[in-house]
Amino acid sequence: MEAAELLTLYEQMALIRRTEKAAHDLFLQGLVKGTTHLAAGHEAIAVGASAALRDDDYVFATYRGHHHALARGATPEECLAELMSRATGLCRAKGGSMHLTKADANMLGSYAIVGAHLPMAVGAAWSARLRGTGQLAVAFFGDGATNIGAFHEALNLAAVWKLPVLFICENNLYMEYTPIASVTAVPRPAADRAPAYGIPGEVVDGNDVVAVREVVARLARRARAGDGPAVLEAETYRHFGHSRTDPATYRPAEEVERWLRHDPLDIARGRLTEAGVPQETVDAADARAQETVRQAVEAAKGAPPPDPGEAFTDVWADGGAAWRT
Amino acid sequence: MADVITYREAVAEGIAREMRRDTAVVCLGEDIGEAGGVFKTTAGLFKEFGPERVWDTPISEQAIVGAAMGAAMTGMRPVAEIMFSDFLACCWDYLANEIPKVRYMTGGQVTVPLVVRTANGGGLGFGAQHSQATENWALTVPGLKIAAPSTPADVVGMMAAAIRSDDPVVFFEHKGLLATKGAPPPPGHVVELGRAAVVREGADVTLVALASMVPVALKAAALLAVDGIDVEVVDLRCLVPLDMATVLASLGRTSRLVVVEENPYQGGWGATVVSVVADEGFGLLDAPVRRVAGECVPLPFADALEEQVIPTVDKVVAAVRSLAAY
Repeated sequence: MEAAELLTLYEQMALIRRTEKAAHDLFLQGLVKGTTHLAAGHEAIAVGASAALRDDDYVFATYRGHHHALARGATPEECLAELMSRATGLCRAKGGSMHLTKADANMLGSYAIVGAHLPMAVGAAWSARLRGTGQLAVAFFGDGATNIGAFHEALNLAAVWKLPVLFICENNLYMEYTPIASVTAVPRPAADRAPAYGIPGEVVDGNDVVAVREVVARLARRARAGDGPAVLEAETYRHFGHSRTDPATYRPAEEVERWLRHDPLDIARGRLTEAGVPQETVDAADARAQETVRQAVEAAKGAPPPDPGEAFTDVWADGGAAWRT
Repeated sequence: MADVITYREAVAEGIAREMRRDTAVVCLGEDIGEAGGVFKTTAGLFKEFGPERVWDTPISEQAIVGAAMGAAMTGMRPVAEIMFSDFLACCWDYLANEIPKVRYMTGGQVTVPLVVRTANGGGLGFGAQHSQATENWALTVPGLKIAAPSTPADVVGMMAAAIRSDDPVVFFEHKGLLATKGAPPPPGHVVELGRAAVVREGADVTLVALASMVPVALKAAALLAVDGIDVEVVDLRCLVPLDMATVLASLGRTSRLVVVEENPYQGGWGATVVSVVADEGFGLLDAPVRRVAGECVPLPFADALEEQVIPTVDKVVAAVRSLAAY
């Protein structure tokens, strides 16, 4: 990978990390209600995969989807305003943290019922093939989703029709609060099951943005060529607990330490150094990300709340909500 | 076209008309392709439109409706079949959590123009897990439109409106009506969703019915006419949008209301109809309202048992008589 591209990917990851940190701080300040499921630690998967995709490819994510919205073009300001229930939010304050969506960039939503979006990605891939657009559909999901019926139905259907869809599992070792291994019959919850549907299942270091970009580019080429879907299991780790109410004390200290040392930003920094990019250039990228997020927080804080009338719009395609005449 | 068309033929005819007019319309479901559907409601579609547009799926209800949703979000107008309406429970997440909420929770960013068709209701002796009238399930979910036609012409006209709708529509085809016949609709026939029909005019009592209960109501009205009780029958045709304007206008003429629903009384759509009447049309009433509805038991197998728990002509006649004499 060219050093310039790697620097761009690094800056995107830094922007996501800073945005997640801001979301965490705003939650502690009482400015974000409900909950958040932060993706700090997962940045390389969203950024590496996005770098390998076309801008018009479809992306479906989970309730832990901030990084995917940001990687597909949502701004930190739109995302943080959404979390802070502001009228300028990505979903006009109707979605919240778990439903970040950037439809005009074909990031078609974050879904908070585990595994529900996998069949949707299959349908989007079917649609792309019918329309002859060459687009791909990608479903990002967690390891916990691999035990949901929809996961299996989606893989089978995509395989039967050789659809251009990639199933990318972010295996962070925990299904919410429970180690995935303790509730799953195979060691690789996504990749091990792919062969049962006649499709490839690969494993990648999900904290290495270069490795993710390469394997996704290869699987995407294959899918676009008509060779069908693939499953990619990206190994990663949550820096925070499952959600904001979870201190994640159930995780062994040495495991946490080991994974924090395997931080995706550090790995990318190491690669930048190897590529001869000066330290100050990398620091400048960090500083830009920090400043962008600082301004985003200020802008979001200053944005107005939604008009109360918004509660009664957008149920129907005509914008309204009337159920009767 | 023949002089008459069956309700079952009308389903395929309605879909075919839309598939001819719009290449974005595609079908998916179990056995809908070469087999033509277990109820033959998709007969001929596979031959005319081929396997890319008429997609045989595995028995995977979540994948069927989930894929339909994904296709609808990306430029297609899918028509998904869930074979029996009881099986909607297998993909209920999509009907309750995904399809109806995505427009709202994305702040209007995403449109989901799809139709989920399903064979609904009792009367054919299929037993408790293939016979329920489940339209109430959908009625509890904001964001779904609900169509339930009672005649072949309405099947074609409402199918056109449902497929052209930019909103998701659950389309209940009643199993007990599949063999019934009616006039074939003219080309271009569209019945706007949310328009009830006064299918029999009368001055004494309004009977509001849906799908298979419409012919039951009409038979009851014919019997009551012999006794000089003049019954008006309203076919709601849709539960969402719900045409309360037509119901209230009818009540203005008759001042008496009986609602006939196949689904259980508990939580039935008739409760919504009568609650709106109580709120907004109380002054129009000269008698209490009556609901003739299914009993709160699973649907039994034997005809003799089924008759006990779903509305029959006799039960409707009795309810109307009790009001006429009030």
